[in-house]
Amino acid sequence: MCFEKIADIVRHHLALDENVEITPESSLKGMKIDSLDVVEIIMKIEDAFEIEIPDEKLKEFQNLGDIANYIKSVKES
Amino acid sequence: MLKRVVVTGLGSVTPFGVGHRTLFDALVAGKSAVSLVSSFDTSEFKTKIAAEIKNFDPDPYFPKSETRRMDRFTQFASVAAKDAILDAKIDLNHLDKNRAGIVLGSGFGGIMTTLEQHKILLERGAKRVSPMCVPMMIPNMAAGTLAILFGLRGPNETVCTACASSSHAIAAAFRMIQNGKADIMICGGSEAPVNPLIVAAFSSMNALSKRNDEPEKASRPFDKDRDGFVLGEGAGILVLESLEHAKARKAYTYAEIAGAGSSTDAFHITSPDPDGSGAKSAMRAALADAAITPDEISAVTAHGTGTIANDVTETKALKAVFGEHAYKIPINSIKSMLGHALGAAAALEAVSAVSSIVEGIIPPTINLENHDPECDLDYVPNTARKAYLKYVMTDSFGFGGQNSVLIFKSVNN
Repeated sequence: MCFEKIADIVRHHLALDENVEITPESSLKGMKIDSLDVVEIIMKIEDAFEIEIPDEKLKEFQNLGDIANYIKSVKES
Repeated sequence: MLKRVVVTGLGSVTPFGVGHRTLFDALVAGKSAVSLVSSFDTSEFKTKIAAEIKNFDPDPYFPKSETRRMDRFTQFASVAAKDAILDAKIDLNHLDKNRAGIVLGSGFGGIMTTLEQHKILLERGAKRVSPMCVPMMIPNMAAGTLAILFGLRGPNETVCTACASSSHAIAAAFRMIQNGKADIMICGGSEAPVNPLIVAAFSSMNALSKRNDEPEKASRPFDKDRDGFVLGEGAGILVLESLEHAKARKAYTYAEIAGAGSSTDAFHITSPDPDGSGAKSAMRAALADAAITPDEISAVTAHGTGTIANDVTETKALKAVFGEHAYKIPINSIKSMLGHALGAAAALEAVSAVSSIVEGIIPPTINLENHDPECDLDYVPNTARKAYLKYVMTDSFGFGGQNSVLIFKSVNN
């Protein structure tokens, strides 16, 4: 659920077509978007899950799956 | 040797829709764009009316991925510029883009974004302010965005002189081509000021009409019963080219820019010098620049805001500059229909003046029912008028006392 919600946020923010595939392996950097988009998407994810992702943590994420796993771990703890 | 500069494309976004023909048809028909404000609750406001662009949708013109990163004033400018470039039939693939630039004017820039993000700051805290806040709010981003959209790498500047912004912008673009710094310039202005802060702020100055029960009759330049201006919004864009560049690509030529003049009142932050000294200087400078005498001017597109001060002062200045000829020339104010689109107003007036020259018809000043005794010139009251126009002057005067006057000339294609 967590990943699907993130994928929806990304799809909506970037106005991507339904046929554009977003997987847990997709990385924000790989989507040809700039740093401003990355910040906006992260802010939307933080709002949606009511969490705050520390800046240091952001640097560790390689792909959307990593973000989903981080959110799960925060919610479970 | 200065180069001759011609107008080869027109574009606009107004409450009447997208496109200069749509705009000019509405102006000639004497339609008012003023209505009750729908974008926010005006119940606590003294003024509840504006010439607002309702249901504006930039998505047919640019991908959503682009428009979502634009403030409303940049969306207006982008759509109007696309319209003007199409109108000029410019083939962007065969253009020396290093010789093509942009000068735009805006009074407030991305004020909608500023307000939205400030609300987020107050309600949700510093960490929720969008990284798009700065790029969307800064007034030069409309011109920057156009450069990206169309790949134009020549001179790119933004002018901020309140209600004269887009006149100064057109003048700056004119000079760049005259002086050989560019072959082609996209110029004009855009403004999106219909929001609670700006309406409240102008209201506090008693600058806005409060004729809320008759919106279409509220903007009444030169009328005895005028009670202030009506806020408007939109964008006007002109494509300017050197005559030789336009000829080389066999472009249709609407008109030539004959001259431009600029001055400052150096008198008061908002009130015009009651003698019209600044206005007179700008008119005289434009006439000198065009190397013509006042009696060669066929018509004037007035600043004509509908404030008590402007209309009297502008009339005085016109009489001082034109003498007896002032009584013989038609002088119109399209703000009577479009309201006052601030930084976009002069560009929309330039679009109208150029269209008047081409079509041989002058849009009226509507709502002119009872002449102010101090405004006793021919303001083309209420009905459009056919006329052969050789030279048309457009006046623009901004808060800060910054004045700009342009003169357009008829050309034979």
